[in-house]
Amino acid sequence: MNGDGKAAIVVDGLTKRYGSHTAVQGVSFSVRPGVITGFVGPNGAGKSTTMRMMVGLTPPTGGRCTVLGRDYRRLHNPGRQVGVLLDASAQHSGRTGREVLTLAATVMGLDARRVEEMLDLVGLSRAEARRRTGAYSLGMRQRLGVGQALLGDPRVLILDEPANGLDPAGIHWMRGLLRDFADGGGSVLLSSHLLREIEVIADELVVIGRGRIVAQGTKHDLLAAEGDGGLEEMFLRLTADHARDAAPREIR
Amino acid sequence: MTTAEHPGVPFGRLLKAELRKLIDTRAGRWLLIAVLATTPAVVAVMLFTADPKDLNYDRFVDFTQTPQKILLPVVGILTITSEWSQRTGLVTFTLEPNRRRVLLAKAAATLVLGLTVIAVTFASSAVGNLLAPLRDGDGSWAFGVAGFRDITVVLLSGLAQGLAFGMLLLVSAAAIVAFFVLPNLSSVLFGAVPGLKGSAPWFDLNQAQGALYDHHMTGRQWAQVLTATLLWVGLPAVLGIARVLRTEVKSA
Repeated sequence: MNGDGKAAIVVDGLTKRYGSHTAVQGVSFSVRPGVITGFVGPNGAGKSTTMRMMVGLTPPTGGRCTVLGRDYRRLHNPGRQVGVLLDASAQHSGRTGREVLTLAATVMGLDARRVEEMLDLVGLSRAEARRRTGAYSLGMRQRLGVGQALLGDPRVLILDEPANGLDPAGIHWMRGLLRDFADGGGSVLLSSHLLREIEVIADELVVIGRGRIVAQGTKHDLLAAEGDGGLEEMFLRLTADHARDAAPREIR
Repeated sequence: MTTAEHPGVPFGRLLKAELRKLIDTRAGRWLLIAVLATTPAVVAVMLFTADPKDLNYDRFVDFTQTPQKILLPVVGILTITSEWSQRTGLVTFTLEPNRRRVLLAKAAATLVLGLTVIAVTFASSAVGNLLAPLRDGDGSWAFGVAGFRDITVVLLSGLAQGLAFGMLLLVSAAAIVAFFVLPNLSSVLFGAVPGLKGSAPWFDLNQAQGALYDHHMTGRQWAQVLTATLLWVGLPAVLGIARVLRTEVKSA
């Protein structure tokens, strides 16, 4: 259905305005099978808003996005096709880790065995799975969230800051997991506000600053064009610009 | 709503997940235990303390339904608002992007609970009334089909009102406060302002529903229940559904 080279995610001119503030402006990029695409930019640059628009949680002001050739909201049983993790901490604090996966498995129509497989895959022990997520560290929540995203054996992953809160061993684990997923023909979009973090995981980069795409391409090409220091410098410049611009807005 | 092309998640699975959510947290379980345990508790207290002439089926039902009238709406409110306060909506609405179907599943799940609670209320009252002769109680069964119908209307409309206020406000505390304060404020207003007294049964829910406890409803009184219910349940429900369908689901 989705041939080689054909993009799994196509973002086409997505725009989001809140009153006079433009959070995302004409963002376009695509994510191909077999590739890990890093979506990188400073905090508040528009990564999360873009990702929420991609999965139908935030209505866009303009533009469109297709996942596996369709509007996400038109996918049948989307959990079986697209694994989504938007905020690992957005879990009911009173629910156990196993219950979080069991609920998702119920909606997706999967049996309980799959829940146990995922707990093993993301390295949550039986004792940890019995605890309430309110008592989880951020790293454990990320593992649970990744397990939930992978539960339905999807072909596409959309992960917002999945490495946030992971220790170096955790980041190494995540890299291996996503590499295997992509090597098996899966498509991955993951975001981060840390260039260094995403550099070690991603094959291609989409760099966003103040709601606009400022650079995109393979890691190799971007490094060749800008140089290692150049990419870093561009990113720091963006971060600094953003901090200056964002400061007055965040004081309410 | 659905077509063969994107039929959405089968409704039975959504319903099963929503029923699970009612009992899979400690808070939810205790609320349900409170709802189910108060009824037999009230019956027991009545058997020991009530005036023997009050030990009849009508009075048993009257007393046992009182706590349900307070607690069932809270279940309705929390079913909706926890998706926002606990931010689980990020997952719920990505696994089933058709929010209408999610709301329908929530309404159906709480309806199952509501009907169970009503059955327990009537059954506990019957047990109480069977034991009434032990204290030389009245033991009368004068209640009739109208009694069952009227109490069912009161309790289910309370549940629906809880759902409606939850959808409209999306914040647990605000919805609970509004649910308990606004209708009583209305009663005070309609009772205190001389010019309003005549129209009170048409617009004030407490006044309109008060007649239901006498089980001799006239056509005019049903019309009053209808207009007051449209105002206090129907209107907030319509506005609340519109809000849920349009609102942005975000993590922060």
